Amino acid sequence: MAARKPTEKTLGESLRERGVSRRGFLKFCAATASMMALPPSMAPAIAAALEKAKRPSVIWLSFQECTGCTESLTRSHAPTLEDLILDVISLDYHHTLQAAAGDAAEHAREQAMAANAGEYLVIVDGSIPGPDSNPGFSTVAGHSNYAMLMETVENAAAVIAVGTCATFGGLPAANPNPTGAMSVMDLVKNKPVINVSGCPPIPMVITGVIAHYLTFGRLPELDAYNRPMAFFGQSIHDRCYRRPFYDKGLFAKTFDDEGARLGWCLYELGCKGPTTYNACATMRWNDGTSWPVEAGHPCLGCSEPKFWDAGGFYNAVSVPTSASGMNVLAAGAAGAVVGGAVAALAKKQTKTAVTHRQPVTVEELEAKL
Amino acid sequence: MSGSMEFLLWTKGPMFNIAIAIFAIGLLVRIAEIFMLGRAKNFAEARAGEWGPGLRTMVTRTVADPGTFQRAPFNVVVGWVWHIGFLMALLLFLPHIALIESLTGLSWPALPNPVISLVTSVTLVALIATLVHRMTHPVKKRISTVEDYVVWAVVFAVVLTGWLAYYRLVNPYPLVLGMHILSAEIMLILLPFTKLTHIFTTFIARWYNGAAFGRKGVQS
Repeated sequence: MAARKPTEKTLGESLRERGVSRRGFLKFCAATASMMALPPSMAPAIAAALEKAKRPSVIWLSFQECTGCTESLTRSHAPTLEDLILDVISLDYHHTLQAAAGDAAEHAREQAMAANAGEYLVIVDGSIPGPDSNPGFSTVAGHSNYAMLMETVENAAAVIAVGTCATFGGLPAANPNPTGAMSVMDLVKNKPVINVSGCPPIPMVITGVIAHYLTFGRLPELDAYNRPMAFFGQSIHDRCYRRPFYDKGLFAKTFDDEGARLGWCLYELGCKGPTTYNACATMRWNDGTSWPVEAGHPCLGCSEPKFWDAGGFYNAVSVPTSASGMNVLAAGAAGAVVGGAVAALAKKQTKTAVTHRQPVTVEELEAKL
Repeated sequence: MSGSMEFLLWTKGPMFNIAIAIFAIGLLVRIAEIFMLGRAKNFAEARAGEWGPGLRTMVTRTVADPGTFQRAPFNVVVGWVWHIGFLMALLLFLPHIALIESLTGLSWPALPNPVISLVTSVTLVALIATLVHRMTHPVKKRISTVEDYVVWAVVFAVVLTGWLAYYRLVNPYPLVLGMHILSAEIMLILLPFTKLTHIFTTFIARWYNGAAFGRKGVQS
């Protein structure tokens, strides 16, 4: 995949070359339309646009990350149309997937940037040690992550931050954030940044965003965290198949009780579904096989900011992140001491007033008139 | 704080600690002061016991006598409705029980969520009725102070945001949940320093009244 220039073939031509039938292609377009919450009538328009679309050059930068996002993307649906879509974009630079190494790999990135200035997409996974951090905390080919990101996005059309580390800082930015890790949107201010959060994100979301970009030539509608509304517009809780149990008040209390076996709501076991926006409940994982809540585990809220610092994974959403009963007792004890002191002072003042009382007779008062 | 999730985490973390500390310190200051000030020694011989009448008065003063009901049926009925509704929503809603359990280790069974939502809706209507009554009743209007309206607003905000959060009527959800937690924290902070202290002092005062009557041998 090294130093490959974007071909002049359209996406439609590339797909046909790879044996994807017209029917399969239209099915993908219809699925994309419904996934992106577009009316079904948009499917032919998507098909027409994708047919003609030129393969965009994509530079994938990996910084402080675990490669889980790439693993998710490449392994979960193998081999499907989504993989091909990824393949038919011109992925000119990707640490894990590219064959080239060393100088040749870096050369591919520079060449793609020069050949497609202003048009290429940058995908980032992993957080970045901020400009004030030690540049040696994370480097690629001798460049600090920060320098490489800023240089690469300079002439990009848009930046897609993939995974919670790139979108919100993720694990590297968790308290006490030893590397001063920052997210892409913290650093890139002059380019459109689209966030695809999740640890890892759902592969279809990444391909869906790229398909949307190819179809409409612009990025999809975004939420307050720059995430595509089509995938992050609804919470896990609102689309959860266990929701009826929440509404009825039927909860699993432990992982092996009757409620857990009957598939009741996992709220008490710490499910962060109510505060988490992602498409797991509808799109599911491993080619639609299952997803964490279906497997009996509460949602961790991995697609939300600060999810590592949001209190225990197994504490209910309503439980405070740091307060303990001991703190309350200590505060109460301090209050009791202060209250006792105030009362003692008041008693003493009363006593003093009584001993220093100077009686006044009526005659004395009248004399003052 | 750039977004709703950060806001929610702030209300669940640092702000909760501040609120619960002010609440615990303030309340214990008030209660310790009340108890330690004590009362002037009564040298008269007691005519009867204090405990029985004290405990009885805690109940009898809670249930309005027929005369009070006839004079102010609205106050009695609506007051009861929203107090019971508020307490049920506070103590029998599962997320609230989970919060109490995390702080105290104590827990008890919750009511089904639809019951709580119904009770909360009734409480909201009753609270609005109390405000309208307060603003239109010729006597109540004149004796109401700024504190009365502040306390009403805080209580109403807690119930309203909780109701909005339950029905997920504000998007994004972390924003409305954060607003609910923040308004509850404001209530906790105000509690020791306003008439909200009655939550903890009412029954103490009723016991004291009954005990004083009992000691004198009069009906309590």
